[in-house]
Amino acid sequence: MGELVVEKHIKYIISIEKKKDDFASVVMEHLRLNGAYWGLTTLDVLGKLDAVDQDEVVPWIMQCQHESGGFGGNIGHDPHLLYTLSAIQVLALFDKTDVLDIEKVANYIASLQNEDGSFSGDIWGEIDTRFSYIAICSLALLQRLDKINVEKAVEYIVSCKNLDGGFGCTPGAESHAGQIFCCVGALAITGSLDHVDKDLLGWWLCERQVKSGGLNGRPEKLPDVCYSWWVLSSLIMIDRVHWIDKKKLVNFILDCQDKENGGISDRPDDAVDVFHTYFGVAGLSLLEYPGLKAIDPAYALPVDVVNKIFLTK
Amino acid sequence: MHGIPRKAPTQEERDGSSIKAAKLRDLQSQLLHFHYNKIYTKEAIEISAQLLESNPEHYTGWNYRKLAVQHLLDRHQENEVDSELPQSVLDEELRLVENALKRNFKAYGAWHHRKWVLSKGHSSPDRELRLLGKLQKLDSRNFHAWNYRRFITELKKIPDEDELQYTTDMIYDNFSNYSAWHNRSMLLSKLLEKRAKGYDKTENVLSEEFEFVRNALFTDPDDQSGWFYHLWLLGQTLKREPLVISSSPPHGSNLSLSIDNPDCQPSFSKIYHQSKERTFPLILYFSEAVVGVSSSTVTVEFDYDGGDGLIWHPLSANKLGFSQAWLAYIKYPHDSLESCHVKVTVAQFPGIISSSGMPCSQSCFISFTASVCSNNQEHSKVQTTHKISWNEENFKAHSTHPEDANLLASLCKLNITKENMPTTPMLCIETISNEIACSRELLSSSNCKIGKLILARLLVAHNTLMTYGCMDSITEAHYEEILALYHDLMKMDHAHIGYYEDEYSLVVMKQLTSNTESLLKLCGNYEELSLPSISSYTCVRLKGLSLSRVSCMEHLLWVQMLDLSHNKLRSIEGLEALQLLSCLKLSKNRFSSFTALEPLKMLKSLQVLDVSYNEIGAHSIDTRRYMCSSPLNSTTGSEWQLKRFAEEDADMKHFWDAYLLFKDLNLVQLDIVGNAVVDERLKAFLVKLMSALKWFDGESCH
Repeated sequence: MGELVVEKHIKYIISIEKKKDDFASVVMEHLRLNGAYWGLTTLDVLGKLDAVDQDEVVPWIMQCQHESGGFGGNIGHDPHLLYTLSAIQVLALFDKTDVLDIEKVANYIASLQNEDGSFSGDIWGEIDTRFSYIAICSLALLQRLDKINVEKAVEYIVSCKNLDGGFGCTPGAESHAGQIFCCVGALAITGSLDHVDKDLLGWWLCERQVKSGGLNGRPEKLPDVCYSWWVLSSLIMIDRVHWIDKKKLVNFILDCQDKENGGISDRPDDAVDVFHTYFGVAGLSLLEYPGLKAIDPAYALPVDVVNKIFLTK
Repeated sequence: MHGIPRKAPTQEERDGSSIKAAKLRDLQSQLLHFHYNKIYTKEAIEISAQLLESNPEHYTGWNYRKLAVQHLLDRHQENEVDSELPQSVLDEELRLVENALKRNFKAYGAWHHRKWVLSKGHSSPDRELRLLGKLQKLDSRNFHAWNYRRFITELKKIPDEDELQYTTDMIYDNFSNYSAWHNRSMLLSKLLEKRAKGYDKTENVLSEEFEFVRNALFTDPDDQSGWFYHLWLLGQTLKREPLVISSSPPHGSNLSLSIDNPDCQPSFSKIYHQSKERTFPLILYFSEAVVGVSSSTVTVEFDYDGGDGLIWHPLSANKLGFSQAWLAYIKYPHDSLESCHVKVTVAQFPGIISSSGMPCSQSCFISFTASVCSNNQEHSKVQTTHKISWNEENFKAHSTHPEDANLLASLCKLNITKENMPTTPMLCIETISNEIACSRELLSSSNCKIGKLILARLLVAHNTLMTYGCMDSITEAHYEEILALYHDLMKMDHAHIGYYEDEYSLVVMKQLTSNTESLLKLCGNYEELSLPSISSYTCVRLKGLSLSRVSCMEHLLWVQMLDLSHNKLRSIEGLEALQLLSCLKLSKNRFSSFTALEPLKMLKSLQVLDVSYNEIGAHSIDTRRYMCSSPLNSTTGSEWQLKRFAEEDADMKHFWDAYLLFKDLNLVQLDIVGNAVVDERLKAFLVKLMSALKWFDGESCH
């Protein structure tokens, strides 16, 4: 337990860049843009975004853009909504969204909305509420929500609501904390949280906390640091975060740190990765851990970045 | 990385990993090369298969496969000699997906590829079901497999009854399967909705399901798989028609009206209302949130010209239009000594519907009389407003003024005349009673948390069913037992204490307000003794009760002054219904942001507000910023005209939440001392914003 080893985590994140040759990095090569978002947002929350040279990052991101306007997970990979959001988020961190041809990116995203309001991830037509969130979050950050039919998009998300109050990836699909984050986040951004039964969903979400203090993503599953983000941000958006024991969760996350080499893992003593490092640090930020920048539960970006976009632009 | 132990790799492992990495890197760059150059040779396609079998998450790889398949199929159509049969091409894809899934069960790209292949008209649903049978045995909770199963059953038009049986089998096999319980709830609600054969008697079906889930709960009470299903069943059992349960003015009351006139002291034989606009609010309060309250569903008859075509407003921030409380303004009668009758008939015509889709079909009416205060003056004196001190000695409990008590007693009674009282089916009450008995049995053998929680919920449900349609308090209301259960839960499951406190608060509010006798103990009359010229207020004090949320507003619609201080309140959702409220004390609670006070925006008569000693500004995370209208979501619209303020007013941006809350309030007195957010800048901002403000943190503003 103990404290958050901030310096070690910073070192760890910066070191990932250099370890391009081990198997784990190669397997993740196709989603490097997601990795950049996880790593850089963590650095920003830790107050160390300036450890990275944005003049290196920004041109690389722009090389991941496809002629359609969407972004691939890495140079040469196909465009997909999953990476388009990461690109926008990273550019927002650096206050550099003006390098984008916003009209073009927005058109790409809008082109993936289907008749029923749902979104496909790319031209191949996989439909999932994750893509609804991504489209809505991206367009809101670009201030181009007028490009899509928001009402229909909300209607589709609501059609994925389950009888336990949660949401699944398509109508009828089982509730899952990650999916709940996407749906609640999209409803939050569009000002539609009235569609959520907050007490019902809140009870389901707060029961994700297991004895160790960690959170799982579905009933009778193991806890995992990534749910510190998915569950916690959802509980905050529906104002039910006081239904869990925050102290125990803080301790669980701190227990998952690699205190020697930095990084955070899914569970104590497992191998660390950038994904869980981000979710651990972001979770601690939502838990108001001292010394961290506050992060916004809906846009998954530091509050100062979000405020800058919405209060001054 | 999930579930991989943390340890420094040995040299051997490191070498192995870098060989594997080099191989994979080679496959990946070859794939990108083929993809870029649209190369679909046999060798190239084989390379892509190798890649996807070792990294099924490589989405561009799957995209390449689809293009390759399309290419081969097109060539076949063009009848080229060397073209393969579509059958074998698609078979190869199915084989590849199966291999990829063996490597990674959760690869989205692989599952989608299979659906895509099926959309080409290949594979038989039976074959897919067989594959699913295999996969779902290996991992009965895999949600990709369950999703794919729903896709296939729809494709094959397998009846819901059969799939329901599949969930029964899965649950019998192992009841700890939340995925199966989930699917069961979806299928059953569909069958109930369309009243399929054998599912047309909802009460019977629910009763059987209660027994089914009870077996799971009794087998291992700590296993959550059946918990949420039980709560869903309970909700279905409680589904009733919405009813009007109270109103303001109440049925049978005499309303005494005046126009801004301090000399016209309220007489407590009557309810008193004062308005410059010569209108008074009429509020209807329903048993649950409804839509459709309008002049076509609610008829108001006057024996004077009260105006027709009343406009009804929902008293709730709910953007979907649902609200428990509905408000319309009614014109004063002409100045005369005679009292005029008003009769309100609700649901004479259909159109009022609850959020669960139940229509309000039973009409009911309320009637009251209204008269205008005789010594009315057109040109009233300018009223000086004095400070409200909230001093204890200014509060007179009803016991010292028996004549007031009579009036209060009549206010507290929810007396509404209904023509055809709907009733609760006996079977529902029997089911609930039976479940209560069973949970008591469970608790006698195992001191489990879910047993206590279920029993508490069942007892609350029992109260709800027993009081449905009749407003009299019931003798056997189990309040003490329910509160004791929540007390136990707070102790035995400390991690969720916040949840139990919120549930506890709802029960306490119900216990205190639903009974005239207990409510009268909290009521009284507040008069500023040092300044007898100020009107007195009907006051309710709910302080120091550990309340973390409020409810039961139907019993408090007439309150003018409310003291909720020294509680644990974080939210005041529901308080919007108190349209007569002038003074509100919320000091020493747990409000952590201005956004948490959003319901106040609807209290048009609120003049005095005390939110001192809360936690506003003490938290870096605002848990209400997405629940209210804010510049961060797309709901403020013209309310937040940023462009106009962007340059001029930095304060506006800085205090956007305070701005949005206070700009429409007509406060005369505000106390916010003791909150982290308070500084000179905020004070100056608020004083400037609220022109009517006279008292700020106890001091005169001007």
